[in-house]
Amino acid sequence: MNNLVIMPILIPLITATILLLIPKRTKLQKVISIISLTLSTTAAFTLVHTVYTNGIQTLEVGGWRPPFGIVLVADMLSSLLVLTGIIVSFACILFAFRSIGEAREKYYFYAFTQFLITGVMGAFLTGDIFNLFVFFEVMLMSSYVLIVIGGTRAQLRESLKYVLVNVISSGLFIVALAYLYGLVGTLSMADISQKIAQAGQTEIVTVVAILFLIVFGLKGGIFPLYFWLPGSYQAPPYAITALFGALLTKVGVYAIYRTFTLIFYHEPHITHTIIAVLAGITILIGAIGAIAYWDVKKILIYNIVTAIGVIVYGIAIATETGYAGSIYYLIHDMVIKGALFLLAGSMYTITGTDNIKKMGGLIKRHPLLGWLFFTACLALAGIPPLSGFVGKILLVQGGLDQGHYLFVGIMLFSSLLVLYSVMKIFMNCFFREEAISAKEEKGSTKGLVYPSVILIAISAFLGLGAEFVYPYVYEAAETLKDPSIYIQAVLKE
Amino acid sequence: MKVNDMILQTVTTLLSFIILIFSVYLFFAGHYTPGGGFIGGLMTSSALVLILLAFDLKTFKKIFPINFLTVAATGLLISILTGVAALFFDVPYLTHTFDYVELPILGETALTSTLIFDLGVYLVVVGVAMTIIQTIGESE
Repeated sequence: MNNLVIMPILIPLITATILLLIPKRTKLQKVISIISLTLSTTAAFTLVHTVYTNGIQTLEVGGWRPPFGIVLVADMLSSLLVLTGIIVSFACILFAFRSIGEAREKYYFYAFTQFLITGVMGAFLTGDIFNLFVFFEVMLMSSYVLIVIGGTRAQLRESLKYVLVNVISSGLFIVALAYLYGLVGTLSMADISQKIAQAGQTEIVTVVAILFLIVFGLKGGIFPLYFWLPGSYQAPPYAITALFGALLTKVGVYAIYRTFTLIFYHEPHITHTIIAVLAGITILIGAIGAIAYWDVKKILIYNIVTAIGVIVYGIAIATETGYAGSIYYLIHDMVIKGALFLLAGSMYTITGTDNIKKMGGLIKRHPLLGWLFFTACLALAGIPPLSGFVGKILLVQGGLDQGHYLFVGIMLFSSLLVLYSVMKIFMNCFFREEAISAKEEKGSTKGLVYPSVILIAISAFLGLGAEFVYPYVYEAAETLKDPSIYIQAVLKE
Repeated sequence: MKVNDMILQTVTTLLSFIILIFSVYLFFAGHYTPGGGFIGGLMTSSALVLILLAFDLKTFKKIFPINFLTVAATGLLISILTGVAALFFDVPYLTHTFDYVELPILGETALTSTLIFDLGVYLVVVGVAMTIIQTIGESE
């Protein structure tokens, strides 16, 4: 029993409800959001520390023992993701203060960001697979609102697609859950894992596993289920896209992690091979998309797809090094995607366009923005002192140990393409002759840059302080490698 | 021809009370028999919708000068806080308690804190249903 585990869910939930009551008082809303996010960050830090010193923390909600009640489980992976998620949302909301505009603020923008955070944190922390579905819905409902809030033409069109895709995938999720419940008769993840380990992973269980892969692949955006992602993420303003890019797809990835390391790990030559093939293609598709466009937002969105492929491949490697590498890369990617979208948002505020060809010479008047973007690009591609390097080198090492030469080749090649795609933005937007004069600028970057400074500082810390961070990541990888640690912590037999 | 909906309005004034009472019955019955906050809330909002149909939006707002979104938010807060109350007794979140209480007219009654949670659900359902209907009704 440890009520600390529920704090990252409870604090944003209460905040969201309070914010619903005061829609017109935007100043007060901002203050409350800041207070709540500070509290959540503190709770997340404490959670990581507690899990590191005392092992996996569980909370049996309502006092019912699993498998009869819902249990919240904070193992190292969940708590690290909770911490990263909170910090990235903090930065995005700080950015939104300056950029989102009064009209959206008065239509419950801050309340719905808090509901979104509630859903994401809940999905990370729950130990019950139906509860995972519920938190997915909490997250998706809020994302529907955030994607359409403001009501521009593009937003309406894309939200329709986004809602349709997600309603279908949620339907599939329910069907998959029904099959699984029919097979094992329980919903607690630890208990499901135990039941399947006892009875053996029969063909029908593998089929259900593939169904889950389809569901989470739709949420996470892996090939060939990523088709909705580029359009939907382009429609809303940058603060919201940053939140989506950093959090939403990652929840899908986390769910793939949980199900395929804890529950369906007995037939890796079928399930994990499929994951590996799809992940490889996802990386390539993302990289191709990233180099094809001349639109800042599109390029960054396709980079999300590439990163998803890289992270998901860690599951197919299935060694501690592979897991550690992909968890490291996951954390890095949440932070750096947040930073990149926020920086691109600042660029958009200045120029009023996403078209690379219409920008140029920004470095003359915005040197800080320029060099921050440059640093973020290097971190994204995985240049040594920054955060992307550690994750990728571990993945390469893990891949080589398992003899996945093709994957290592694809990943290294994709790093090159990713670097090319973001450098294309940097070189064309910040150098060349000036495209717009000081007078033609649409807005100032006052207050818009510092949230990304925070994120890039964290990214640098993840890279330079790898010695400090690695033990935490390694512990998370260990728990993934050995499901019995998780099961014992939950069922305590 | 002038439309006269006197019959509808007269029946509504009578019926809406019966529906409201039935909804409250359903709400309280939830612990031992079919019913509960969700269906009770829906039934209440159906009574309100009947009033809305028989009269018009303006009259309705005069009878119920409430922002239903606030009702929903309050309900949500009540439900969350019944869970939070558990934290003060050092038991897991959402742990509920119950006791037999001697009430003046009803005699010995089992009261549980889940009733307060259900009250939250009830208010959320009423609030959300009415917000949806009012918003659609108002938009041109």
